[in-house]
Order: sequence, then C-alpha cells, then structure tokens
Amino acid sequence: MNELLLPIAEVSGDFFKDRSGGGCIQDNKLFCPGWVADNYDRYVDPTLQHLVLVLSSVAAGFLIAFALAILAHRHRWLSSPFLAGTGILYTIPSISFFFLLLPITGRGQLTAIIALTAFTLQIIFRNITTGLRNVPPNVTEAARGVGLTSQQMLWRVELPLALPEIVAGLRIATVSTVALATLAVFANGGGLGAEIIVGSNITFKTGIIVAGGIAVIMAILFDGLILLAGKLLTPWERAAL
Amino acid sequence: MIAAPIAALGLFGDAFNFVFTPQEAEGGGVMVGGLDQVGELAAKQLEVTVLALGVALVLALPVGLLLGHYGKGEFVAVSAGNAGRAIPELALIALMAAAVGVGLFNLVVALAILGIPPILTNTFVGIKQVDRSSVEAAKGMGMTNREIMTKVELPLAVPTIMGGVRTASINIIATATIAPLAGILTLGDFIISRNVYGDAGVLAGAILVALMAITIECLLAGVQWALTSRGIKLQRAA
Repeated sequence: MNELLLPIAEVSGDFFKDRSGGGCIQDNKLFCPGWVADNYDRYVDPTLQHLVLVLSSVAAGFLIAFALAILAHRHRWLSSPFLAGTGILYTIPSISFFFLLLPITGRGQLTAIIALTAFTLQIIFRNITTGLRNVPPNVTEAARGVGLTSQQMLWRVELPLALPEIVAGLRIATVSTVALATLAVFANGGGLGAEIIVGSNITFKTGIIVAGGIAVIMAILFDGLILLAGKLLTPWERAAL
Repeated sequence: MIAAPIAALGLFGDAFNFVFTPQEAEGGGVMVGGLDQVGELAAKQLEVTVLALGVALVLALPVGLLLGHYGKGEFVAVSAGNAGRAIPELALIALMAAAVGVGLFNLVVALAILGIPPILTNTFVGIKQVDRSSVEAAKGMGMTNREIMTKVELPLAVPTIMGGVRTASINIIATATIAPLAGILTLGDFIISRNVYGDAGVLAGAILVALMAITIECLLAGVQWALTSRGIKLQRAA
C-alpha cells in the first residue's frame, strides 16, 4: 500500500555507492559515522537551500507583518481582521499550503517560500502589536510632552521599547521555520528535507539523523544570533538592570 | 496568459470532482477518491490528532500545573517549549518510522512529542503569572493547595493554557498529514502519493487538510471561550 516505505536495499545503487561503513550501511544501523565522514559534502547544497528558504521566508514575513502591525497600530479597528487573517494562514499546515498554491505557482522554491512566509506572519504580527501596546502610557505622554509627532514617537519611542517583544517573535518564527522548511521537499523546494527523503526512501537512518541534526543546529544558531542582535540593539535594557 | 487562470480553475474543479466521485488511479487499475475514501482518511487523521493531543494533554497539563504552582522548574518548562519548536517534524516522523517502527502507537507517540512542549510551557507560564494577591486571597479564605490550583490558578490561566493547546493541535494536525510516511494513511496520503492520486488528488488533499485544521482551530477557540470564566471575559471587554 505504501510505496514510500521501501527497504533500504531497493534504493537505486548510486546513493550508497560510496559506502565506507560497509556492514553499517548494509544493516542500516542507527548511525554510521564512517558514511558521514565520506559523504558530508552532499549536505552542503541542501543546507544552503535550507538557509535560503528560511531567510527569505522570515525576511518577507517580517516586512509584511511589520507593515500590518504599523497599520493596526494607527487604526485600531484593523487589528482584529489582521489577527484573524494571519491566524488562518498560521493554522493551515504548510504542507497543505504548498499544494493549495499548486495551481498558481506550481512546484518549487517560490511555492515553499510563500507558504512558509504565510506561516510566520501571525507570530511576528502578534508580537509587534503586543510590544507596541505594552509601551507604558506615561512614556508616550512624556514623548508627546516634549513635542514628538506621532511618526517620531513611533520610530524613536514606541518601536525601540517594543524591541524585546519583536525580537522574541522573530526568534519563535525563525526557529519554527527552520523546522518546517524540511517539508519543502514535498513541494520540490529543496532544503534539508531532500536528504531525509532520498528518492522515495525514508528509511536511511544515518541520513535522517544528519539532515535533522543540521536543521536543529541551524535553529539553535539562528535563535542565539537573533537573541544576541536583540541585546545589542537594546543597550538600555542592560543599563536598567 | 489567459489560459493560466482557466487552467487553475480547471484543477480546482478536478479536485472537487476527486472528493465526490471515485476515479481511476494514475497508474490505472484501482479506483481512488470519492467520499468513501475521503471519509476514511479524514477519520484516520482526526483519530490520530485527537489521540496525540489527548496524550500530550494528559502528560503536559498536570506537570505544568504543578511546576507553575510551586514556581519550580522554570528552566525546564520554558526550554521545553523552545526546544520543541526546533524539532524538524519530517525528521521526527521519518526517524520514528525507520528506527522504532511504523504503526499507530509509534505515530501517536511522535505526534504527542510535538504537542507536549507548547502545552507544558504555556501551562507553566499561565499558572505562574497568576496574580499572587489572588492566591493570597484564596489562602485567606481557607482554600487548600488543591483548591487554589483548580479553582483559582487554573481558571485564571485558561486563556494562556488554551493558547498552548491550540499551538499543539496545529503542530499535530500538520504533522499527521505526513503520517503516511509512518504507515498510517491519513488525508496526507492524497498529498504525498501524487503518483497514485494525481494532481487533482494532491490539491483535494491540501484543501481537505486545510479545512480540517481550520475547523479544529475554531472548535478549540470555542472550547476556550466556554472554559474562560465570566470574570475574565468582562475584564477583557472593558
């Protein structure tokens, strides 16, 4: 019934041609370090593709969500429809989203990026609006008191004070997107998922562990980098301590 | 250029047909699609989703409640949520199938692993951020520890906890879609096995999965509304 679950021996020959683990690969043991040592270069391109998927989706998601959040900040009544709209996009599973786009954008990287972008919107939008809303009213009053226009107040007072929330949202969105981007393989979008499902084989354990492991490490690195950037951007947070 | 949108409509039409009328598979021979098969796969997807969410709730809710109440284990509870997000769903399902084995039990375990972190973290955070003065007041009224947890902290934390449950359910439904990789045929089979169902089946599967996810999300929003005490609703409205 399920032709995706092929035993490892049935996979086309060249994938395992360079086997150095010998018995390890043949027996499909949990992890074959020898094979990884000989084949690490096959993970370079998928890792780069994965980076492109994540960076483009999060960047596009941030730009769109930021614009929506500023609009909702100016016109409060827009907040609910934006929240509901991004909520629906967040709820639709990415793998389903890829193929809802099938008649429009076909299969490929662009399709994967659109679906992943749609997923990030709600997380980022919600955090930006929460951050802006949590700016203490006495601060905005003081800003008005020294004569700032709404525009100046937004860029010089409200957004800087909302930065910790915004950074938190970006971290959640980025880490989730790194994990989700493994599904892009179903949309022919490349990425590390292509090394989890090799051909139509998903039973090669070492391959799954290496590709999954790279995704986890990438998520942790992004998380740390954004956290660090956030700290550097908000020196006053440290001063307050 | 004009042909593209018409072709698009055509595929949506095919997908619609696929749901209601059985048709010959891509490879020929067997009949696929139609309400019977759609119903069967949808029921399976719902079954694994509900089971996994149930397991995640039973495991994560009491732990989050206790940790939050005693204010202990913040690091564990919060990092669980962060770590959970970093788990690549595809690798988890694939490894589960390849290393542990296929089948319903293993699948539910894998899906529950994805559901536990958001429920645990949100329950912990929700309980912990309950106003201490409310807890003091409850103590003053002579409530026991258990009563404080169930009658004060839990109701006040409902919105946050349900936020975690909804995130968990979204993760689980999404990942249940790739369950065919672990030998359990859900609606995702239409999406994954293009060589059997064709593009019409793929699109039909995508639409059905999206509809199911949105329906469950709406139901959980309703549950949240029903569980939220009137006091909190009034406070929000004000």
